[in-house]
Amino acid sequence: MFSNPDLLHFIFGRLSLDSLPFHEPILVVTFAAVVLGGIAVLGGITYFRLWGYLWKEWITSIDHKKIGIMYIILALIMLLRGFSDAIMMRAQQAMAFGGSEGFLPPDHYDQIFTAHGVIMIFFVAMPLVTGLMNFVVPLQIGARDVAFPFLNNFSFWMTTSGAVLIMVSLFVGEFAKTGWLAYPPLSDIVYSPGVGVDYYIWALQIAGVGTLLSGVNLVVTIVKMRAPGMSMMKMPVFTWTALCTNVLIVAAFPVLTAVLVLLGLDRYADTNFFTNDLGGNAMMYINLIWIWGHPEVYILILPAFGVFSEVVSTFSRKRLFGYSSMVYATVVITILSYIVWLHHFFTMGSGASVNAFFGIATMIISIPTGAKIFNWMFTMYKGRISFDVPMLWTIGFMLTFVIGGMTGVMLAVPPADFVLHNSLFLIAHFHNVIIGGVVFGMFAGIVYWFPKAFGFKLDPFWGKMSFWLWLVGFYFAFMPLYVLGLMGITRRMSQFDDPSLQIWFVIAAFGALLIAGGIGSFILSIVVAVIKRDKLRDETGDPWGDGRTLEWSTSSPPPAYNFAFTPVVHDLDAWADMKKRGYVRPTEGFLDIHMPKNTGAGFILAALSLVLGFALVWHIWWLVIASFIALVVGAIAHTFNYDRDYHIPASEVVETEDERTALLAKQQA
Amino acid sequence: MSAHSHAHDDHHGDGGAGHGTFNSYMIGFILSVILTAIPFWLVMDGVLDSKIATALWIMGLGVVQIIVHMVYFLHMNTKSEGGWNMLALIFTLVIVAIAIAGSMWVMYHLNTNMMPQMDHDMIKSFG
Repeated sequence: MFSNPDLLHFIFGRLSLDSLPFHEPILVVTFAAVVLGGIAVLGGITYFRLWGYLWKEWITSIDHKKIGIMYIILALIMLLRGFSDAIMMRAQQAMAFGGSEGFLPPDHYDQIFTAHGVIMIFFVAMPLVTGLMNFVVPLQIGARDVAFPFLNNFSFWMTTSGAVLIMVSLFVGEFAKTGWLAYPPLSDIVYSPGVGVDYYIWALQIAGVGTLLSGVNLVVTIVKMRAPGMSMMKMPVFTWTALCTNVLIVAAFPVLTAVLVLLGLDRYADTNFFTNDLGGNAMMYINLIWIWGHPEVYILILPAFGVFSEVVSTFSRKRLFGYSSMVYATVVITILSYIVWLHHFFTMGSGASVNAFFGIATMIISIPTGAKIFNWMFTMYKGRISFDVPMLWTIGFMLTFVIGGMTGVMLAVPPADFVLHNSLFLIAHFHNVIIGGVVFGMFAGIVYWFPKAFGFKLDPFWGKMSFWLWLVGFYFAFMPLYVLGLMGITRRMSQFDDPSLQIWFVIAAFGALLIAGGIGSFILSIVVAVIKRDKLRDETGDPWGDGRTLEWSTSSPPPAYNFAFTPVVHDLDAWADMKKRGYVRPTEGFLDIHMPKNTGAGFILAALSLVLGFALVWHIWWLVIASFIALVVGAIAHTFNYDRDYHIPASEVVETEDERTALLAKQQA
Repeated sequence: MSAHSHAHDDHHGDGGAGHGTFNSYMIGFILSVILTAIPFWLVMDGVLDSKIATALWIMGLGVVQIIVHMVYFLHMNTKSEGGWNMLALIFTLVIVAIAIAGSMWVMYHLNTNMMPQMDHDMIKSFG
C-alpha cells in the first residue's frame, strides 16, 4: 500500500513524513514540551471532570463577557509564542558575530521573524483589542449583550482557528520566510514553493473573517443598543474609540482579504497579478496591503487611547479634560489614517509630488494625537492622582509614546526615510509605538477591568514589578536599535560582520530578558491574585472607588444579564452622575429577562474552517471539498435553529439581586 | 433596545429600512438581469472597437448594478435606520474613492518611474 505514490499523494496531498521537522533540534524539543504540557492540561481537565463545564460555560457561550475573556486568554497564550520568537532573534543577533553563525540557521531565522510579526499583530494585539472591546463596550453602554451574540462566538472561534493553523505550521511543514506582509515576488510560488506562505494566507483569511464579523457586530452594538439617554456625545471615550476602531476594521479588512485572495490565486491558479512577468506588478500588492496596513495600526492604537482616557480620569478623580476634543481627535485620526499609507514605501519610487503629499499627511496626523496627550496631562493637572497599576502603565505610555511619535514624524520626512527605510531605526520606531502604546494600553485595560470581570483585583506588587520590568526592558531593548538604525544597519539580518556592533545587540538582548521578567511578573500577578483573592475581593462593583462609567454600576463580576434594569443616562460619565445625584439601586419589581441561548455552531463551523485551511495548505483536495461542503451545509443548517433564546425567570433575577443587596449592606455596616 | 429585541427581531426592521413589494423586487431583478446581460453582449459580440471603452462601459454598468441592488434589494434610502445607512454609504464612498484614486495616482507614478518599458507594452496590449 505504501508503494503507491499516486494514492498517497491523493490522500495526503503534499503532506508526507518529511514535512515533520525532525532535523531541527529546537523544534523537536519544543514539540516534546508542547506534547507533555498538552497531555498534562488535557489530563487535568479530564481528572477534574471539567469538559462539560468548559463546553457549556465557555466554548459554546455567547455571553460577551466570557467571549471577551477568552479573546484575552488567546492573546496571552499567543504572546508567549510571539515572545519566544523575539527572544530567539535577540539571542541570535547578540551571538552571530565574527564568523559565528549563531544557533539559528538562516532558513529557520527567516521563519521566526515572520512568525513573530504575524503572531504579535494578528494574534496578540488584535485579540487583546477585540477582547477588551467585547467585554467593556456592552457594559459601558448599558446593554445586556452585543447585537449579534452568536456571531460574536463564531468570530472568536474563527480567530482562534487562524491562530491554531499558525501554531500547526511550527510542527507540520514550515512557516513563511517572507516577512510579516509576505511581499511578492518573494511570496510568489516561484520563489516560495513551500507551504509557508500558504499557511500565512489561510491563517489570516480564517482569522480575518472573525475580525471583520466582530467589527460589524460591535459597530451595530454601539449604534443601536445604547441605553436610553446616551446620545453619541454622552458615550464614554472608550466606547467612542471602539466605534472608530470597528468602523476602521469594517472598511479596511476587506482590502486585506482581497489582496490575499489575489496572492492566493497567483499561487494556486497561476494567475499573474503580482508576478514579475505577463503584466503582473508586485508594487500593486505593496500598495494595496498598506491601504489595509496603515488603518490597521490605528485599529490597534485607538482602543488603547480609549483605555488611557478612562484610566486617567478615574485615577485623577476628575472628569476627563476636553471630552469633545478627544472625540473629534479620534474621528479625525480615523479619517486621516486612510490617506497616509504610502509612507510605508516612500523608497519604491513614486517621485516627489506623491511622496510630499503622503509625507505631509503623515505629519498632520500627529496633531490630533498630540492634542490627546495634552488632554491627558490637563486631566492629571490638579487631580488627586493615585498611582495604582493602571495609572503607572498610563504614565509610562505617555512618556514612551511621545518618543515613538517623534521618531515617527522623522520617518515621515521622505528624504530622511530614504536613509532610514527598512533599517533598525524603523524597527525601534514601530516597537516604540506598539509596545509603548498598544501593549501598555492593553495591560492598563486588563488591570483596570480585571476586578470587574472576576470580582477581585490583580496583585498590585507583581503588577508594579511587571510594569517596571516592561518599561525599563523596553528602553534597553529598543534604544540600541535606534542607534544601530542611524548607523545604517538593516532589519531581518541573521549574522553580522562588524564586531563593534555586537555590544548594542547584547544590550538589546538584555532588554528582552527584562521584558521576559515583565511577562512573567504579569502572569504571577494573576496567579498570586487567584491565591489571595479573598483579600483582593471587590464587593462593591466599583473597586477603584471612583469609577465614572456604567460598567462600575453593576456587580463584579456582572450577572449574565449585566443590568437588571436598563440604566437611564442623563449625563456624560453616567455612573459618576448617578452617584452624585444619590442614585438608589432598585431592589424589587424585577421582570423576566430575555436572553440569547448558547450554541456550539460557532465552534463547529470554525473547526471545519481550520480543517479546510489545513487541507488547502497541503493541497489535500478531497478534504478541501469535503470540509467546504460541510462548512456550507453547517452554516445553512444553523439558520434553521430557531431555539435561540430563553428567559431568565424573575425569581432568579430576584435571587441574584438580593445577594448583591446583602453584600452591599454588609459593606455599609 | 437591549438584549430584549435582537434574538427574534431580525425580521422586522425596528422602524429602519422598509420592506420591498413584489413589484419592487421584480423591477430590481429585471434591471439587474439587463445590467448583467449588456456587458456579456459587449464582450461576446465585440460591439465596441476599443478594449478600453469596453472595460469602462463594464465598470460603469457595474456601478449602476450596485445602486440597483442597494435601492431594490437592500431598501436603502436617505432616511433608513435614522440616517445611519446614508452616513455609512457616504463614508464607504469616501474610502473607496480614496483607495481607487490614490492607487491609480501612486501606481501611475510608480509605473512611469520604475517600469518605463512597461508603459509601452501595456498600451500595446490594451490596443
